[in-house]
Amino acid sequence: MATTYDNAVKQVNLREDRAAPVVVESVRKTFGRHTVLNGISMGVGRGETLAVLGRSGTGKSVLLRLIIGLEKPDSGSVRIDGQDIADMTLDQLGAIRKKMGLLFQHAALYDSLTVGENVAFPLRHHRGEMSKSERADCVDQLLAEVGMEGNVEKMPSDISGGMQKRVGLARALALEPEILLLDEPTAGLDPISSAEINQLILKLQHERQMASVVVTHNLHSAKTIANRLAILDEGNVVIEGTFADLQHSEIEFVKEFLKQS
Amino acid sequence: MGMPSAASFAGGLFTGFFEWFGSLGIFSWQVLKAGLTPPYEGREFLRQLDEVGSKSLPLVALAGAAIGVVISLEARYSLSRFGAKSMFPATLVYSVIQVMGPIITGLVVSGRVGAGIGAELASMKVTEQIDAIEASAINPYRFLAATRILACILMLPLLTLAADACGLLTGWFAQALVEPLSFHQFVESGFHGATFNSFLPPTFKTTVYGLIIGLIACFQGMRTSGGAAGVGRAATNSVVLASLFLILADVVLVKFILVVFP
Repeated sequence: MATTYDNAVKQVNLREDRAAPVVVESVRKTFGRHTVLNGISMGVGRGETLAVLGRSGTGKSVLLRLIIGLEKPDSGSVRIDGQDIADMTLDQLGAIRKKMGLLFQHAALYDSLTVGENVAFPLRHHRGEMSKSERADCVDQLLAEVGMEGNVEKMPSDISGGMQKRVGLARALALEPEILLLDEPTAGLDPISSAEINQLILKLQHERQMASVVVTHNLHSAKTIANRLAILDEGNVVIEGTFADLQHSEIEFVKEFLKQS
Repeated sequence: MGMPSAASFAGGLFTGFFEWFGSLGIFSWQVLKAGLTPPYEGREFLRQLDEVGSKSLPLVALAGAAIGVVISLEARYSLSRFGAKSMFPATLVYSVIQVMGPIITGLVVSGRVGAGIGAELASMKVTEQIDAIEASAINPYRFLAATRILACILMLPLLTLAADACGLLTGWFAQALVEPLSFHQFVESGFHGATFNSFLPPTFKTTVYGLIIGLIACFQGMRTSGGAAGVGRAATNSVVLASLFLILADVVLVKFILVVFP
């Protein structure tokens, strides 16, 4: 059954989500006078994919940044594997972040490094025990997993936007994360590339069973890759549930959102 | 009508000034903490030594050479007027090593390295590359800022020595073209009565220049916003502010050296 915001909070509590890898509880975030997130709560379990939808500027990307600790909430808590990260120092956060992978909206590849060096970057820093050849093999494997084999020596500027996203995804997966965060993975891509990225995400999720949060304004992508969907509007979770729940919702905003998507 | 806006403008400048310094202080503390705790970014540090040091060497050497010629021409003219031509070697040596070499090196490196670091980090900031570094569980203050600042601190004295050497060489050569003066005579006369205290403190004060250049360039770069325009502003501000603080620091350092190393 479709749920309103209040019911979603209760469901978070009831679903033992306090033990879930990702728990966001009553998080509020403002920038100046603009309240982006107004006390939202949600949880994501292992092997689960939650798609967060909403209009542009509703705080979807801010939510991901809060989960990985690039922003701190004004109030509320963000718990990763039970640990509240809101007041952690940069080095304390480092230990938590090794369990997480983030694909940025524009991939955020390091433009002075090759594709291979980009993917190897986290390995070089956190898997010092790997030999050079082991690291090279790992990079090849990761790139093959995302369909980018044979592009190790190319520079980010030499590849397309879709290819950059694939490389960004390979880099996000380098440390075998338990939690995967994806910021608009299909934004700016043509329908064929979008479908390929969606299938790739589904395949990776099936194989790795990560707790995933996907931020998107593409309802089709969300339907394809997510178990649950949440729609944000004006800083609140308007609804959270399966796609069928959204379709059966009586909330006007949800009906309008589905109609326009 | 004009008074309130002038007052609010002045107030804005005043608070902006202290805000900037406050932010710089917090940034400096973050970098110091990160730089002193492992894991150390040795590989990146070595890369920065090359970027700051060896790639600045040709420009610094050329600037030093030019300064040597300029001082030679000016000094010969002035000393001739007062019948003190014999003082030429000492004048050139002390002018280059104690004054012009350090400040010219600092300003040249501020322009090249300061703008380069400011633009590079600003570009990384606006394209979320710094966020990506942080999201990869790597401390950006350690990886990006501490390595660059330390490289600037270590390389400035060495670059200053290079500038000094080129300045003295070209200065002697410019003089020798007009009046015969062997290099041996020039060195003996120029360094006569000099001690380490005469030359080492002015050279090593450039470590402070390196700190200023690296710190301000990294600070300006890592707090950029506003896309391409922001990158341009960061590069410009890095050079302008670093050069300004460098010159102001020189005033303080010269006095400090005169007091501590009389």
